[in-house]
Amino acid sequence: MALFSSARSHKAARVLPGFNITLGFTLTYLSLIVLIPLSALVFKTFTLTWPQFWEAVTGPRVMASYKLTFGASLMAALVNVVFGLLVAWVLVRYNFFGKKVVDALVDLPFALPTAVAGISLTALLAGNGWVGQYLEPLGIQLAFNPNGVVIALIFIGLPFVVRTVQPVLEDAEKELEEAATCLGATRWQTFTRVIFPSIAPALLTGFAMAFARAIGEYGSVIFIAGNMPMVSEITPLIIIGKLEQYDYAGATAVAVVMLVISFILLLVINALQAWQRRHTGAPA
Amino acid sequence: MSTAINPSLRRAQAGTTEPAWVRYSLIGVALTFMFFFLVLPLAAVFTEALRKGFEAYWVALQEPDAWSAIRLTFITALIAVPLNLVFGIAAAWAIAKYEFTGKAFLTTLVDLPFSVSPVVAGLIYVLMFGAQGWFGPWLQAHDIKIVFAVPGIVLATVFVTFPFIARELIPLMQAQGNDEEQAAIVLGATGWQTFWYVTLPNIKWGLIYGVILCNARAMGEFGAVSVVSGHIRGQTNTMPLHVEILYNEYQSVAAFAVASLLALLALVTLAIKSVVEWRHARELRATADLPQEMPSA
Repeated sequence: MALFSSARSHKAARVLPGFNITLGFTLTYLSLIVLIPLSALVFKTFTLTWPQFWEAVTGPRVMASYKLTFGASLMAALVNVVFGLLVAWVLVRYNFFGKKVVDALVDLPFALPTAVAGISLTALLAGNGWVGQYLEPLGIQLAFNPNGVVIALIFIGLPFVVRTVQPVLEDAEKELEEAATCLGATRWQTFTRVIFPSIAPALLTGFAMAFARAIGEYGSVIFIAGNMPMVSEITPLIIIGKLEQYDYAGATAVAVVMLVISFILLLVINALQAWQRRHTGAPA
Repeated sequence: MSTAINPSLRRAQAGTTEPAWVRYSLIGVALTFMFFFLVLPLAAVFTEALRKGFEAYWVALQEPDAWSAIRLTFITALIAVPLNLVFGIAAAWAIAKYEFTGKAFLTTLVDLPFSVSPVVAGLIYVLMFGAQGWFGPWLQAHDIKIVFAVPGIVLATVFVTFPFIARELIPLMQAQGNDEEQAAIVLGATGWQTFWYVTLPNIKWGLIYGVILCNARAMGEFGAVSVVSGHIRGQTNTMPLHVEILYNEYQSVAAFAVASLLALLALVTLAIKSVVEWRHARELRATADLPQEMPSA
């Protein structure tokens, strides 16, 4: 089946004009903007010897930043999985007043510049902020420490989970749930054994996307983190710090580590999406 | 319509939904979460900006440095968005309309800038064009400034907004297939006419959607631009960078005043996006309701 359709479009390729020019332009532009500059990063690291590179990427301050970046990203992505699924579920399955506005608002983190999100979350959670003033007497501090990093990353990652799970929930076949009910399943059993398996690939994709975005996030985090070395300094900030000291090689070394991690996450996300397509049987 | 007339229907529905108290508590928890994480931050931007009244807000926005930041942000978006628009259309045409080896790999590469940290995105241009970079000595000899100047800001913005339009158009054009374009070509249209009169009307909503999201990111980018900008007030400060400077100088009202403009931009983006989605859904429904002329397509 797939063989036939690809054979047919091979023939069709001769009919539509513009293949050479569009592909040529795409490859040229991609090389100039993305590939050549990224290769500059890799070549720059070759100016370092292996011990120099190792020292740059495993210094105590850098290690502490990895721990914070990965830990906070992981926590934020997990929170997003739970609340993203909840928001997607509520938006797809229930009707309530203002639903369209709420649906539109989910994309706010995509549209709101990260610096604005950063200063605004900080203003809310600082000791004199709307939320912070009630939490501080309780001894809870959410700004200027790792907690703030997690909160900023939750904000940034929320739409990824909602927007990957939502379409799958919309396409879910109600007949399956009816069948489950007819066969005597409780609603909770139907959810855990029928609905959840069908949305699990999408949920995992959303998780990976939110996590990948959180790893590289800079703008929203630096305002709320407090940026104390060894405590609340994220890895992208380490790169900036090395750059400001004109330590280009050191900055590049840490950047390469981040780049490799993003590559791996990108491949994981691609594989997850392919799995999801096979799972739902939807065309690519 | 009333469920009262048919008790068996009601029971059938009960099998695919939850009891009312579960529904309302789930809605309640979801809305509370959204209130704290989305509504409050948005509201805080405007209240902080107006904390000292309209007068102070107005004065903050009329500062010359604020104006040059606004101007630079618009110039950057005006260059970056059209470039990525042309690229997005070309890439979507090549990837969606033809089969070739390495297509999946190319699609992954197009997505790559999304997963690169903005800070790394800025750094790569410093390594290319900075004083110690590949082209640094040559650029200095010819007195051309790219990094810590406007061209670097534009380049970094182009990088971070690179995939927006392409990744919106590729699945759309793949789903629509080649049949209409082939018909147009067979009927004697030129390639350009085919694109203009056949393809473009089909992809216009996806195109607008991609453009507004691309624009929002272009105007709001912080990390990448921060690395290449050099933070020269009045010269290489975009709006997000200006917000940072004001905020770090404890000029809270001024910082939030500029931030409120960016928040307004975000709200306009969300509004246009929603309208586009509703329009598109309505058009899809309208086409679906058309009587099928040829059942065996």
